[in-house]
Amino acid sequence: MSDEPNKGLQSPLRRKLLMGAAALPFVSILPRPSFGAGPATATVNTTGLAVTDTEVTVGILHSATGTMAISETGSIQAEKLAIEQINAAGGVLGRKIKFIQEDGASDWPTFAEKAKKLLVNDKVAAIMGCWTSASRKAVLPVVEQYNGMLYYPTFYEGLEQSKNVIYTGQEATQQILAGLNWIAKEKGAKSFFFIGSDYIWPRTSNKIARKHVENVLKGKVVGEEYYALGSTQFNSVINKIKLTKPDVIFTDVVGGSNVAFYKQLKAAGVDLSKQALLTISVTEDEIDGIGGENIAGAYACMKYFQSLDNANNKAFVAAFKKMWGEKTVIGDVTQAAYLGPWLWKLTVEKAGSFDVDKIAAASPGIEFKGAPEAYVRIHENHHLWSKTRVGKAKLDGQFELIFETSDLVEPDPFPKGYQ
Amino acid sequence: MFGEYSIGDLGSIFVMQGFAGLILFSVYVLMALGLAIIFGQMGVINMAHGEFMILGAYVTWMTSNLFQSYLPSLFSGYFFLAMMLAFLASGALGMLVEWVLIRHLYKRPLDTLLATWGLSLMLQQAYRSVFGAREVGVELPQWMLGSLKVTDSIEVPINGVFVMALTVLITCAVAYVMYKSRWGRQVRAVVQNRIMAGAVGINTAKVDRYTYALGCGIAGVAGSAFTMIGSTGPTSGQLYIVDTFLVVVFGGAASLLGTIASAFSISQTQSTLEFFMSGSMAKVLTLLAVVGILMLRPQGLFALKVRK
Repeated sequence: MSDEPNKGLQSPLRRKLLMGAAALPFVSILPRPSFGAGPATATVNTTGLAVTDTEVTVGILHSATGTMAISETGSIQAEKLAIEQINAAGGVLGRKIKFIQEDGASDWPTFAEKAKKLLVNDKVAAIMGCWTSASRKAVLPVVEQYNGMLYYPTFYEGLEQSKNVIYTGQEATQQILAGLNWIAKEKGAKSFFFIGSDYIWPRTSNKIARKHVENVLKGKVVGEEYYALGSTQFNSVINKIKLTKPDVIFTDVVGGSNVAFYKQLKAAGVDLSKQALLTISVTEDEIDGIGGENIAGAYACMKYFQSLDNANNKAFVAAFKKMWGEKTVIGDVTQAAYLGPWLWKLTVEKAGSFDVDKIAAASPGIEFKGAPEAYVRIHENHHLWSKTRVGKAKLDGQFELIFETSDLVEPDPFPKGYQ
Repeated sequence: MFGEYSIGDLGSIFVMQGFAGLILFSVYVLMALGLAIIFGQMGVINMAHGEFMILGAYVTWMTSNLFQSYLPSLFSGYFFLAMMLAFLASGALGMLVEWVLIRHLYKRPLDTLLATWGLSLMLQQAYRSVFGAREVGVELPQWMLGSLKVTDSIEVPINGVFVMALTVLITCAVAYVMYKSRWGRQVRAVVQNRIMAGAVGINTAKVDRYTYALGCGIAGVAGSAFTMIGSTGPTSGQLYIVDTFLVVVFGGAASLLGTIASAFSISQTQSTLEFFMSGSMAKVLTLLAVVGILMLRPQGLFALKVRK
């Protein structure tokens, strides 16, 4: 493991070459360290994966086109950065990582098809990919059937666990519960108004949040509303919020609707410095589109903020900006995507093998001390132990860290009492 | 459900809800006007309508950036210039598209559906390549943010009032152009009988081109105005296209008045229902009502009697 994650990017020419090459579907990175000194291929690869004496191939599977490109671009960038840094630090078991990038094109059947192509034709050793739950659900049967390994970066609704998937984002309880506890204590909040987009993630998250508010915090949910994905008109629900005067607005609205919601909330005279709002769907990426002035003062519950003050994160942010431009912002999921290649590398080295079965078995207990969010560890259920953090949105589009749990929160994809 | 609230509270909420309905009405009219001209008058099924709107939004974003960097003192007024530029940009693109693509398809209206759908995909990818996949945030001058306090408990969003005023203005302008000006008469003549219009000396190709450009230009203005209330990204146009067609088809394709009446009834139904039930259910019921009425009256609310 490298303590200096940005050491692979020294000459500007090399960076240019890389950026040009990144446009190609099939990219091989110019070797700098010498590869080939690792253990013999026959011993580390018994199942016919794309592993040679000097190289190992992984797949990157995200939407580079279509509606989801807006969100998944950051994940692609983070994964490429991690792979480049790992190669600069000597690769995995003495082998350079090569990647094949496929485009899921925001279309779930395409995701499944491309996953099959990566596993069956390209024999990749692991896939870093998927973003929406729908794309993961489409890919899951494929990685299980062909015994692949998927590193999935997004925070999601839970209720899933697979030998073939490592979930590097938070499941719902990790994201929600500590944040609700904090706001109930800090603001003395008793009444909550839920508003979300109408699909599985907000509905499951709100179900968990409602149980927690009612049973644990002994508070009241005064409204729960869902709007179709892509809705752009929120004036009615904003009036309902004004009528019910909740202590906290709890939101998981996504996509373009998010922008419309905050703009209209501001226009309706709801002042977020007085009205507490807790969101689990706005990261630095989304604020780019919403505009800092429309959301300043809102609280977001995540595990990572770009502004986190630790040495790992500073190096990560610097390397990310150096590779992808000064203006790029890094949200929660982008950081989780960055963990994928690193966790895979550490697991391969612990298992001493690229075989998927051995990696799946070796995953629990893997620690990554270089994570930008600080320390993470893989749980037996293939999710990550991680902290829950609450940040307050600022005018410049960054978050100010307000609260973090003192310990890592245990992932619990099938929470008892919340279903 | 209202037992626990005071009469005063309820009163002001109903007033604000009334405004919410009116704002939704203006938004619907604004986004449907351009299409009412293109689809209603010319019979072109323009699936790229949303992308013409987003071009307007991007022009607004660029204008805003330009003013911030070079003319910060005039920033508070940039929006008016941005809307004009949006009209010109979308109109110019519309003219180009008409010349390259649409004019070959007037005899095959169903093919325009496919062609403009393809066009919309190309435009989306072009926006993505030029402006990036992420949404951009359009910064507004301070006076356009926030709300007007009418009484202590009644607040009206300024951007909503702005959209309403703009809608009235543009509707009047379009009505004047279509029904009072010489050019409008030519447009209607071409719509009613293309061959005869040509025979009396109207340059039908030119009329077509300008009509299409006008529709696209109005879409651009709408997109520019919607930067106040919605998102600006490569695929944001898709958010509007379904509602837009709904309004135009329900109103009766060839009638401007129909478009307005349909926008009014759909927006009021939806905003009233939204208050009493969840957003998704309100949408479902509104759509069901529209489907039901269209089954009884397939020509839409208002239909012109045209000699076929």
